[in-house]
Amino acid sequence: MGTPLWTTEAAAKTRGEWKTEYVRPGEVPFPEENPYTTEKVNLGHKLFFDPRLSGSDYISCATCHNPSFSWGDGLPTGFGHKMTKLGRRTPTVLNSAWGELMMWDGRFESLEEQALGPMGAEAEMNQELGGIVEELRAIPGYRTLFNVTFPGEGISIANIAKAIATYERTIVSGIAPFDRWVAGDETSISTAAKRGFDIFNNKANCVSCHSSWNFTDSGFHDIGLPDDDIGRGGVVKNMVKMQHAFKTPTLRNVVQRAPYMHDGSLGTLKEVIDHYSEGFTKRESLSDEMKPLNLNDDEKADLLAFLLTLEGADPVVAAPVLPANDQVPGAWLQRLSPAAGGQAETAECRTARLHLRRCK
Amino acid sequence: MRLSMLATAFVFAFATNAIAAEVAVTQKGRKFSEKKIELSVGSSIKFINDDDVTHNIHSTTKGYAFDVGAQKPGQTIVHTFGKAGKVKIRCAIHPKMKIKVTVK
Repeated sequence: MGTPLWTTEAAAKTRGEWKTEYVRPGEVPFPEENPYTTEKVNLGHKLFFDPRLSGSDYISCATCHNPSFSWGDGLPTGFGHKMTKLGRRTPTVLNSAWGELMMWDGRFESLEEQALGPMGAEAEMNQELGGIVEELRAIPGYRTLFNVTFPGEGISIANIAKAIATYERTIVSGIAPFDRWVAGDETSISTAAKRGFDIFNNKANCVSCHSSWNFTDSGFHDIGLPDDDIGRGGVVKNMVKMQHAFKTPTLRNVVQRAPYMHDGSLGTLKEVIDHYSEGFTKRESLSDEMKPLNLNDDEKADLLAFLLTLEGADPVVAAPVLPANDQVPGAWLQRLSPAAGGQAETAECRTARLHLRRCK
Repeated sequence: MRLSMLATAFVFAFATNAIAAEVAVTQKGRKFSEKKIELSVGSSIKFINDDDVTHNIHSTTKGYAFDVGAQKPGQTIVHTFGKAGKVKIRCAIHPKMKIKVTVK
């Protein structure tokens, strides 16, 4: 027998060493294929809040991804077109710039793909994707915004997705007491929360999936919830471990996002801790990381105290003013504005046109 | 003539073997040891699961798709790249584990 090439044994890290693994990143990552621009963020902000992106014109991205509920909806499972009850809880879009493979089951490769998924899904926003381009082209303000944001390209499905994805990447959790503690302020969290941090990383081993500053590995794991949803198993069909596996959600601002889990079946963080401690279903697909923890009440309370320190001071999100539907009969456009036909127009001309006056 | 053809075939085979290579990639700590790899056609990557959890190796790149299924701790999997192109490889369980492979 030779010396093994690797070992699974690792020396226990100190609290200080663990803290270094949770330092916030200095900047938001944007992909080469869709780099950041201020114009894209502004346009994506409007599109994200615009219900005209749904077939019914009453559901926007923000209807379910509501900033008031930490970019979720506060419901066990979401509601879609004609109040269709959806099968899974609405995931937050918080910190999605750092994500990999979108949705609970990872069926979309990127945020750009994800942005179009719910929009086109019959049960969700029920928007015919080919039709949305024409609908937006009929709105003068959007013609202008797209022309400014994507010069020479204008309105297209791809550019709608790029703008929404860019806006979503700017949705980042604010500085939390935990971050101040990691940065060196020992007074920013309680002694109980510090003990909870130790439990999180050691005895409870939550860190095996809820890792790094965003508290997620972006991975897929069966955590033993007893429902019939096979999750990622519907996408990756050749691995038992992907049956009932769902994406690890971030824990940033987690206190704002009850109820919990992909099916919204656990109402409080205490119930979540109880589930991981001793309440999960054992089956072949169960993640290797899931082991009974048998935490006592003091340890559970410490863990909860720690989770509460992840609530950040997030910026207030303003609802944008959306471009108005066209008020002007098509035949009047040339008379009222030189900007007709999809060309950029000045704010003065736009205001004039909407009030049925000539633009100078 | 026959001798010449055999000689040519031998040289070609020798040349192919000479440029083919095997690159080892480890997976400890839910990380591939390489992020970008350049290979010649016919070369292989040897994926060594030296981590303490199950992993997966797959690609959805059009024309290069493959999926080895579950790769348990201690298992080694070799995948050979038979044609030129750019291939994205991921772990389906831990999608932050990914490699860009350029086959020339």
